[in-house]
Amino acid sequence: MSRVGILMRTTAVRLSALYLVLFSLCAAFLVFYVTGMSQRLLDQQTKDAVSAEATQIEAIYGRAGVNGLLRTLERRARQPGAALYVIAGPTGEILAGNVASLQPGLLDKEGWTDEAFAYQRYTDETRKDRHVALAQVLFLDNGLRVLVGRDLQEPEKFRVLVRQALMVALGVMGVGALIIWFAIGRNALKRIDRMSDASTRIMAGDLSQRLPMSGSGDEFDRLSESLNAMLGRIEKLNEGLRQVSDNIAHDLKTPLTRLRNKAEAALAHNTSIDGYRGSLDEIINESDQLIRTFNALLMISRVEAGSSAAEMSDVDLSQSVADCVELYEPLADEHALSLEAEVEPGISVTGNRELIGQALGNLIDNAVKYSEGAADARILVRLSRREGGAVVSVADFGPGVPDDKREVVVQRFVRLDQSRSKPGTGLGLSLVEAVMELHHGRLALRGTMPEADGAKGLTVDMIFPQSPT
Amino acid sequence: MVSHMKILIVEDDLEAAAYLSKAFREAGIVSDQASDGESGLFMASENSYDVLVIDRMLPRRDGLSVITELRARGIHTPVLILSALGQVDDRVTGLRAGGDDYLPKPYAFNELLARIEVLGRRKGAPEQDMIYRVGDLELDRLSHTVKRQGRELLLQPREFRLLEYLMKNAGQVVTRTMLLENVWDYHFDPQTNVIDVHVSRLRAKIEKDFDQPLLRTVRGAGYMIKDEPRIEGRAEA
Repeated sequence: MSRVGILMRTTAVRLSALYLVLFSLCAAFLVFYVTGMSQRLLDQQTKDAVSAEATQIEAIYGRAGVNGLLRTLERRARQPGAALYVIAGPTGEILAGNVASLQPGLLDKEGWTDEAFAYQRYTDETRKDRHVALAQVLFLDNGLRVLVGRDLQEPEKFRVLVRQALMVALGVMGVGALIIWFAIGRNALKRIDRMSDASTRIMAGDLSQRLPMSGSGDEFDRLSESLNAMLGRIEKLNEGLRQVSDNIAHDLKTPLTRLRNKAEAALAHNTSIDGYRGSLDEIINESDQLIRTFNALLMISRVEAGSSAAEMSDVDLSQSVADCVELYEPLADEHALSLEAEVEPGISVTGNRELIGQALGNLIDNAVKYSEGAADARILVRLSRREGGAVVSVADFGPGVPDDKREVVVQRFVRLDQSRSKPGTGLGLSLVEAVMELHHGRLALRGTMPEADGAKGLTVDMIFPQSPT
Repeated sequence: MVSHMKILIVEDDLEAAAYLSKAFREAGIVSDQASDGESGLFMASENSYDVLVIDRMLPRRDGLSVITELRARGIHTPVLILSALGQVDDRVTGLRAGGDDYLPKPYAFNELLARIEVLGRRKGAPEQDMIYRVGDLELDRLSHTVKRQGRELLLQPREFRLLEYLMKNAGQVVTRTMLLENVWDYHFDPQTNVIDVHVSRLRAKIEKDFDQPLLRTVRGAGYMIKDEPRIEGRAEA
């Protein structure tokens, strides 16, 4: 498409065209109004002058009779730029005056001529020179008829002049406006072109590209700024997604490979029914672990999808924490750990009991798993009020997580090297974080004994905000 | 053990339906099959079944609407919903629509079987019984006491509820997830063997000092309380 074609399709140009049409209509109205008004004014002046003259003539006739009238008119008719004077007999034949011929029948009626009429003067050289005038006819008592009029040439010229002046002024304004609009449209178009070039490169996959900014802080800059912020967010999410899918691919491939190896080994080596049975058992266990991982992944994405996916109600947090501790207490006991709870009674939050239970379960399970070689064979679960909300913390006295790894362990599938040998999906803390986000709270990791030299232990806080009541 | 139970499987995946039907036959359960919601609704209305197994996503009429319609027609056959959507709130909507139990896919057949047998209520104690008895073990639901051979056993409240649920379904396999759901009212996967630890504690209390074991572990499925002498090496399923 040609540049002009593109230009014609821009909003700026379309709006400009609309304004141009409206402006022209207004201007045309103005021209006609001004010229019409000035014509009326001039006509009125002409009429006033004719009326005044007619009154004078009547007065002269009354004072000096026909002869006096004739003398006065003869004198007046010869002055330069004189008015029109005709004295005619009772039948309409012209007796005296400065008019050579008149439109016929004009003298038959007393008073104003109905409209402007054409006439010829003696001074006219050809018959083609015709003038237009407005006149009043008087019938004198001796039967004579007198016509007094004024030529309309001058007012007509003036009117044409006014109209021309207005037209020229409007034309200049219109052309100026067109030039300005065109310049603005072109400028806007250029900037939009640069923006769309940048977005084409972004669409081609280069998410690090940003839209250009002129630095003027105008509307285009503001638009670019917010789009750039959006791009930044998308880039970050995309990066996260890529990392997650890489992790998923890796962490699912490993158990799938193990599964396949086991099946292959069973086919190759086992000969007894019991051997096959054992292999199949192992394979089922391995698949169950895979299903578990998938379920956990699905669960996290469902929870992350937001509160619309989970039903929220009033949850008696004190009861939930007590239940969870009771559920996991024998497990801790089996690992020669004591699970101790300090629960402040009567704390409730708006939330999903199942998810809170599962999150807390994950934390206790983790604490049990990673309390090996603990300085203190205890796990402390605490529930207390804080800043209008509530905090559930699970503290262990195991090796803990180094300060610089605390952010990392929350990510999906991240398992620190020393924990690779333990059973688990690497999704436990990710789920807890997603659950806390769903409850508008957060997850915080810290050392249980930050001052200790060796095992610092790990305390995980589930921080619930004040319920919006 | 022949249960003479008759069930209807409404499932559009024909391979899955065929596998289920064969596995149920081996477990002594007769099953009919329907492959879409409309025919499932028709068969469930026209015939009498002990349990309906309904997939949630079906052609022609979705599983939940089949259940709602059945309930509206006054048919109260227990329904187990199967679903690839396994999350907490899908379960809630499923049960609200009139389902009696909810099992997310993929599931272990033993889990499905155990749940169907419990829903079919062919064994176990009637709901209104105030005292459950299995062999010489006696549980009083009113006074919250447990006695064996007339000797009172001291149980924690949760252990009492665990035993109560096992005895209510005496002679039937109850799975770990069924225990977690019914005794703790949690529906998530605990990832670890917490339930096993609770059961072994309970077992220690009711079997210690007594000759005859009552609470047995069914390999690959769950637990069962029964007063028959244990047949060594045989796995109930």
